[in-house]
Amino acid sequence: MANISHTNESASSNLMARALREAFYAGLVAIGLFVLFVGLKTDQNILNELVLVQRWGLLAVFVAIAMVGRFLSVAYIRPWLDARKAAKAAAPTVEREAGFVARNFSLLALIALVVYPPVMVALFGFQGSLKWVDNFGIQILIYVMLAWGLNIVVGLAGLLDLGYVAFYAVGAYSYALLSSYFGLSFWLLLPMAGILAALWGTILGFPVLRLKGDYLAIVTLAFGEIIRLVLINWTAVTKGTFGISGIAKASVFGIWSFDVSASNNFAKAFGLPMSSAYYKIFLFYLALALCMLAAFVTIRLRRMPIGRAWEALREDEIACRSLGINTVTTKLTAFATGAMFGGIAGSFFAVRQGFVSPESFVFLESAIILAIVVLGGMGSLVGIAIAATVMIGGTELLREMDFLKQIFGPDFTPELYRMLIFGLAMIVVMVWKPRGFVGSREPTAFLRERKSVSGSFTKEGHG
Amino acid sequence: MEYFVQQLVNGLTLGSIYGLIAIGYTMVYGIIGMVNFAHGDIFMLGGFAALIVYLILVGLFGGIPIALALFIMIIVAMLMTGLWNWVIEKMAYRPLRGSFRLAPLITAIGMSIALSNFIQVTQGPRNKPVPPLVSSVYDIFGISVSLKQIIIVVVTAVLLTIFWYIVNHTPLGRAQRATEQDRKMAALLGIDVDKTISITFVMGAALAAVAGTMYLMYYGVIVFTDGFTPGVKAFTAAVLGGIGSLPGAVLGGLMIGLIESLWSAYFTIDYKDVATFSILAIVLIFKPSGILGRPEVEKV
Repeated sequence: MANISHTNESASSNLMARALREAFYAGLVAIGLFVLFVGLKTDQNILNELVLVQRWGLLAVFVAIAMVGRFLSVAYIRPWLDARKAAKAAAPTVEREAGFVARNFSLLALIALVVYPPVMVALFGFQGSLKWVDNFGIQILIYVMLAWGLNIVVGLAGLLDLGYVAFYAVGAYSYALLSSYFGLSFWLLLPMAGILAALWGTILGFPVLRLKGDYLAIVTLAFGEIIRLVLINWTAVTKGTFGISGIAKASVFGIWSFDVSASNNFAKAFGLPMSSAYYKIFLFYLALALCMLAAFVTIRLRRMPIGRAWEALREDEIACRSLGINTVTTKLTAFATGAMFGGIAGSFFAVRQGFVSPESFVFLESAIILAIVVLGGMGSLVGIAIAATVMIGGTELLREMDFLKQIFGPDFTPELYRMLIFGLAMIVVMVWKPRGFVGSREPTAFLRERKSVSGSFTKEGHG
Repeated sequence: MEYFVQQLVNGLTLGSIYGLIAIGYTMVYGIIGMVNFAHGDIFMLGGFAALIVYLILVGLFGGIPIALALFIMIIVAMLMTGLWNWVIEKMAYRPLRGSFRLAPLITAIGMSIALSNFIQVTQGPRNKPVPPLVSSVYDIFGISVSLKQIIIVVVTAVLLTIFWYIVNHTPLGRAQRATEQDRKMAALLGIDVDKTISITFVMGAALAAVAGTMYLMYYGVIVFTDGFTPGVKAFTAAVLGGIGSLPGAVLGGLMIGLIESLWSAYFTIDYKDVATFSILAIVLIFKPSGILGRPEVEKV
């Protein structure tokens, strides 16, 4: 007995010594990493020459954080994780019945979304609700729609697409151009944008049919960049980097308009006080309806032969072909369907902003959408919606963190850190949960009972 | 004719820079089959390190000979970005090794976003101009060749020779090639696979840092977003040459550089990137494994 306690003690003192040593190394590495970039800052003086500003205090903070973090991780977090893992392995796994919330999650979430705008209006008034409905609600719903569209290509068919934003751009520009040159209405152009984007999806899908994996990724990235560069340089039509502004607003099926001057203005028709909030709330419900459409189509398609073919293609292309599935049409329909939702989301984006420019369709957007799909656990609609809410809502929240100004001084702008934190969050979530938030897939076809398989058993696309 | 040769010289210079970056992509891809999307930002980081070192040197010893300054800039930038890539590999990519293929790609994209925004936050979002470091221009048979172009091509050639020697004639290179072919077998034969992969990342980053220093010297300006476009082009170069192949990366880099400068010279400069990407797409469609790449054998 005494022996055991002795070894325990020496083990824990060993652990402490190791943790201290590791912390020391971490500090050294942190000095190496940050000495130039944090310790010194390049600034321009009055003569426009670069001068260095010294910030050794900040460097010390960075190094201290690295050391403390490393110490805590080695001394406490790592042993705790190991102990938990051991306990989990020792305890028998009990099949737990999913709770009420887990079982009805989608329905509850949908109800919450439907009542979201009235609740926000009740809480903050019409003017105050704008921010919550527009910046959070609509913004997140657009990304959900885009991610669900990309999910068809990446999650279901297993085709890695890094240029998805191209179809978003096609949708946005087809609405912007057709409505400002020909004055066509939103309700006509919304499906048309979807069809045009699907057409582009097929056109761009043709040449890449033979490509796989990373080659496919780089060519789709190239296509995305080509479309953006054409939008920038074809100034005669697209007005280049200035973008197209003054895009017409959507109307409620042509019955009520949201133009202030129009005779059938929504607020006038109902005798309400003028406010831009009605339009935003209308757009919110429109986005929600479009999302539901995307979800419905995805769920139904998964049960149809074409959806099954997509999933078969994701799991194994050769087996798929040898079973007589036409991989050409399977791939092209996946590209086209995914692109269609991208295009619809794009035209919605254009009508919401009233302004489009190539700035909105950079590669970063493709990366964000892909990150949402992967972080959500490819193929899982609910997981993707959660990932979109966390990643987009979370970074949007940073804009609201005015109280941080009181801590760090008035010069502190949390927006600056938005993308930095977004990037780091992508890494942390991925390392922590490589299979995404919802890491299991429901099989679409099953023999007797429906068994969820862990995500690690399903293959990702090499396609 | 002279105009054409002039453009060849320009393209060669640009291509050398792309080639140096492309090697990092191709090596990492060869050894762990991952697209290191953050590599372009490592290149940008190298450029910034060189910039800051230059400012320190000028601040401390005003009249330092430019050759010595450049040498110190390159060495420090190499060490710096090597350390960065070592840490990045350890923290962001190693935990995901053996996970599914998309996982490290996503962390790499996250790392790319994080790195460029880190530089934006710490160094400011504005362009960082430096006075021209090297300004001599020589006239050779009616073609003007600037000293910086010569430096870029020579440094690239020297580094590639050293690098080629390391990969083909040293125990380290042998370990790298073995790990590339069969990681498990290499580990069984006593190769420290983790260390080999780490060293590969450090080597790739060091070459990218040289490219960053050259970029800073050539254009005289750097900004935090500069990692993306050269990064994508270098990746294009790596794929064009056949990803996984070292001579392919250099060849691809030179080709991209030449395409870019010739297109800008004879057609419109606005669409030079469109031309690059279109040629990439065309090459891949007709020869999906790149120019020097081996076609991948599919196993059922």
